[in-house]
Amino acid sequence: MIGRLGRKSVGLVSELGELAMFGAHSMTSLLGQRHVFEKLIRSIYEIGVRCIPITLIVGLFTGLVLGLQLYYVLTKFSSESLLGQAVALSIIMEIGPVFTAIMIVGQAGSALSAEIGIQRNAEQIDALNTMRINPLGFLVSPRLYAALICFPILTAFFDVVGIFGGYLTGVEMLGVDAGAYWNRIYESVSLKNVGDGFIKALTFGLITTTICAFQGYFTHTKASVPGARGVSQTTTRAVVLSSIAILASDYLLTSFLLEK
Amino acid sequence: MSASLLQIRGLSKRFGSQTVLDGIDLDIPLESHTTVIGKSGTGKSVFLKCISKLLQPDSGKISLSDSEAEFPQCAYMFQQNALFDSLTVFENVALPLRETRRIAKSELQENVDDLLAKLDLQDASSKYPAEISGGMQKRVALARALITKPEIILFDEPTTGLDPQRKFAVFDMIRNYRKRFGFTVLMVSHDVPEVFGISDQVAWLDEGKIKYWGSPNDLLAAPPSELEGFLNPKLSTEAPAL
Repeated sequence: MIGRLGRKSVGLVSELGELAMFGAHSMTSLLGQRHVFEKLIRSIYEIGVRCIPITLIVGLFTGLVLGLQLYYVLTKFSSESLLGQAVALSIIMEIGPVFTAIMIVGQAGSALSAEIGIQRNAEQIDALNTMRINPLGFLVSPRLYAALICFPILTAFFDVVGIFGGYLTGVEMLGVDAGAYWNRIYESVSLKNVGDGFIKALTFGLITTTICAFQGYFTHTKASVPGARGVSQTTTRAVVLSSIAILASDYLLTSFLLEK
Repeated sequence: MSASLLQIRGLSKRFGSQTVLDGIDLDIPLESHTTVIGKSGTGKSVFLKCISKLLQPDSGKISLSDSEAEFPQCAYMFQQNALFDSLTVFENVALPLRETRRIAKSELQENVDDLLAKLDLQDASSKYPAEISGGMQKRVALARALITKPEIILFDEPTTGLDPQRKFAVFDMIRNYRKRFGFTVLMVSHDVPEVFGISDQVAWLDEGKIKYWGSPNDLLAAPPSELEGFLNPKLSTEAPAL
């Protein structure tokens, strides 16, 4: 029992080390690449543009529900006028970065993991090596940098739409004063709050894209079965591990950022 | 036999406790066609991957006869072609040049169009690999290998899964284009004796070692006793392992 636990722990630490090295190599591999701008634009389209609709839809409904829930909680303390502040801070500091990251992982992260996994199985990654093209630079680096650009932008979209959703339920449906709603947001949300949200978004982008690319890139060694089932296994694992990593790193970041 | 392009000495590769290559020595003559034959699972593809540096050998040396020269420009033809299915034929062939060299767009277009024409692929230029036949896919893979003007092309069982007619068509293609473009071929195959017709020399890989090396004619005229069963399984009393 203790032996197995020890082996599992060593395995986990070793995998985290491999993941960190993979991420670091991917970050630096963009340097030797040609047509960087073109690759970056394509990756921004895949990760950013294609995720806009889902981000806006989820953001709107989250804001609607949050407005409703918080209104009934605040009514108990006769503090409905604080609704704008409560919705905005919850979304900007916590819900926005976390939900946006989970949505992007579900849409773009799973696609990235599956695509690279299929390319591994079809020997396309080996083919890149034989052509003297760095596979990390060609396949992973542009996605990683695109994620660093797209995650904060999509988080900002989510925040704006979410706050508007809170306005729709709080002000338009439940009769909270519009001036109080917006004024409370204006008074309570600082640039630091927004910055902290973006730090989270950047961190989630880096971690989740690295995990998804890593699982796909090593699908031949990570999956317990080869072929299509192996790719499906590593894609599922990429999404699950990314989601856990988002929540775990959110806790750590929140602890760190609130202390500052 | 012409001068060697590559000299392989003492090449070994192990996976865990299993020794796949056990001290292989082989010379690859310049502008020749060398075929490594052997049963399935004897490590032929591993051998090729060690040469192309896709796998790191545990020991041994792969060197050039001319020690002053750079390691030759090497291209690799995969069993299943390894074409990028979301790129067109043109983009697949252009990929190595586009990603590794500073080249003007017009020059790239000219080079790729010229090569596609030489390989009768000009009509497929804008098609995706899934939209063309298996034979054409092989030619696209060959075009991608040839675009960087390699000195040596490594073929990993290029006829796997093909019927006899298509097998000969692929062998003909390799022979004709080698004559035309003048590259050296190192191929692994278990298509015996069909592969003898295009090979200048044959090496038999068995139990991790090269147990025979010479011309196919010599091999057929006086095959070593332990190779007879492989060359003509019908005469062998032992059933081949699957």
